[in-house]
Amino acid sequence: MQLKLNNFTKTFGEVTVIDGMDLTVNDGEMMALLGPSGCGKSTTLFTICGIHRMNGGDLHFGDRDVTHLPSQQRNVGVVFQNYALYPHMDIRDNIAFPLKVQKQDSATIKRKVNEIAELVHIPELLDRKPAQLSGGQQQRVALARALVRQPDVLLLDEPLANLDAKLRLEMRSEIRRIQLETGITAILVTHDQVEAMSMCDRIALMRDGKIEQLSEPSEMYNNPANTFVAGFLGNPPISFVNAQVAGGSFTFGDNTVAIAEALKPRVGGEVQLGIRPEHFGPQFGTGVTGKISFVETQGREDLYNVTLNSGGMIRSIQPAGERLKMGDAVSWGVSPEAVLAFDTSGDRL
Amino acid sequence: MTANFRSLPVILLLTIVSLPLVIMYAFTIVDTFTNTEPGSLMPNEFTTEHWRFLWSSDVGRGSVWVSTVNTFIFASTTALIVSGISLTAAYALSRLEFPARRFFLAGIIILHAFPTITLIIAIFLILQLLGLFDTLIGVIMVKTALELPFGIWIMKGFYDTVPWEIEMAGVQDGASRFMVWRKLVLPQVQPGLAALLIFSFLSGWSEFILPLVLAPGSDAQVLSTYLAYFLLDDSLEVDFNLFKSVGLFYAVPVILIYLVFQKKLMNIYGGGSKG
Ligand SMILES: Nc1ncnc2c1ncn2[C@@H]1O[C@H](COP(=O)(O)OP(=O)(O)O)[C@@H](O)[C@H]1O
Ligand SMILES: [Mg+2]
Repeated sequence: MQLKLNNFTKTFGEVTVIDGMDLTVNDGEMMALLGPSGCGKSTTLFTICGIHRMNGGDLHFGDRDVTHLPSQQRNVGVVFQNYALYPHMDIRDNIAFPLKVQKQDSATIKRKVNEIAELVHIPELLDRKPAQLSGGQQQRVALARALVRQPDVLLLDEPLANLDAKLRLEMRSEIRRIQLETGITAILVTHDQVEAMSMCDRIALMRDGKIEQLSEPSEMYNNPANTFVAGFLGNPPISFVNAQVAGGSFTFGDNTVAIAEALKPRVGGEVQLGIRPEHFGPQFGTGVTGKISFVETQGREDLYNVTLNSGGMIRSIQPAGERLKMGDAVSWGVSPEAVLAFDTSGDRL
Repeated sequence: MTANFRSLPVILLLTIVSLPLVIMYAFTIVDTFTNTEPGSLMPNEFTTEHWRFLWSSDVGRGSVWVSTVNTFIFASTTALIVSGISLTAAYALSRLEFPARRFFLAGIIILHAFPTITLIIAIFLILQLLGLFDTLIGVIMVKTALELPFGIWIMKGFYDTVPWEIEMAGVQDGASRFMVWRKLVLPQVQPGLAALLIFSFLSGWSEFILPLVLAPGSDAQVLSTYLAYFLLDDSLEVDFNLFKSVGLFYAVPVILIYLVFQKKLMNIYGGGSKG
């Protein structure tokens, strides 16, 4: 079911946390709300499920206006960061709780609980108590409980934050699998760009209560609207240098980088260049000189920080090979097509 | 084995330190069943005469059985009312936004620390006015009122430890606030409730000042005032072994409750302190 948030405003006392936000999540889509801590992701999520009241704007599920409906009448499934399982009930009762509230008959409840347990792969855990489960298993139970009464939308608030690295990888694909299998419209709140990029159809990147950019993961990575977006996505992160446009190339100090044809008409004077680590290295020729100031091997790849002779630093990531040492002087090139140019206020040119 | 050896000195020390207490308790029990020659330490004859207050009516003031029933009613009624009100009031204070919430919270802390004995004159006057002086109902009401701040504070501590996400999850699952409270929150403060029930029952059982001042007659008398009568009334020749027997009779339920429920009572110190 499509979810449409219109001109949504939320204030806590004097503080405006969200100001006039528009957001549409299409039917069956998984949308990431991505952004640094405190930018208003959870606030948005809790408003959609009815825990917070809106100070302005409206919210529609499909054609239904739910702006003023209490949580109980919204039919939203929520998975909380700490799972919020009911500790005194066994897993079966936890999952059955939403159905018992609706007073469905026990045969139906039993069937639905078994079905959903099958879907999230926990049929053997139904008789345990939450305290007897691992983090990943609790997560699956929370998902099952949120999904069992077939909600219109599924909301997930930092669902992977409490898991260790290996489980996180596993649950990432599990959550996506379950979302695709049920075809439910979902919103995933996270501050982790990798989660957002790997799990979701589209990403809404937020800063200070505003959506900076809303697009598909690859589009957002390759085509960021401003320096904030460019800097938020990518690991290791993008490097920025200040440059001048002179004679068909960007120059900074004694370094030059050619300007791609498509970019030429749009740039002039002072610019900020964003260079991703995979677009800087010996395979792109020469033109940028500096000293290696940091080396980190990640097994398959080596990560270098190159401090430019003119000041500033650019990161480079390269396939593991003959290892350069700290202090080595290098003269590497930058892929002109991949350079991102921003004006001095940070907007993309 | 080695662990036992290492703790041996500690056990020895504790034994020596607590020996006087143990001997005193032992003698109290022995004394109630025996007679001892004046000046002697060792008892010389077995007797049940110190327990005669249980069956003969000419000992003490009023019947011990009436007092026992009164004490029981007094303690259990206070415990039930205190627990019932604390259960709901503490939830409101812990979770709900309502006008003057801060004022109530501050009031509870102050009342909790207030030396209640200073209120006794005022309470006496009010009870007289209401016609509840020297009645069990009057003392129950006063005891309940004085015990409530403690109960509410303890229960609030327990409610505060229940994650609010659990309540929100319940609301999302479609349950009303009341149902969430009953089905999801109450089971989690249940240890606190049990502890509070026992605790306020024991507190009622051992209450002395309030019945002494507010229900001085023999009809509404409880065991503590029944016991005190043996000391206060100077027309009676003080029979210390009789006094010890009544004391033991009075203390046995308390000891039993402690033995049976000590685990549950510990909760009050564990969970409540978080408040
Ligand atoms: N109940 C509240 N009362 C006051 N301020 C709040 C409340 N909830 C959140 N905030 C503020 O709103 C901002 C956004 O919070 P939140 O939505 O939780 O951020 P996040 O993106 O990390 O989930 C923060 O500055 C936070 O301090
Ligand atoms: Mg948050």
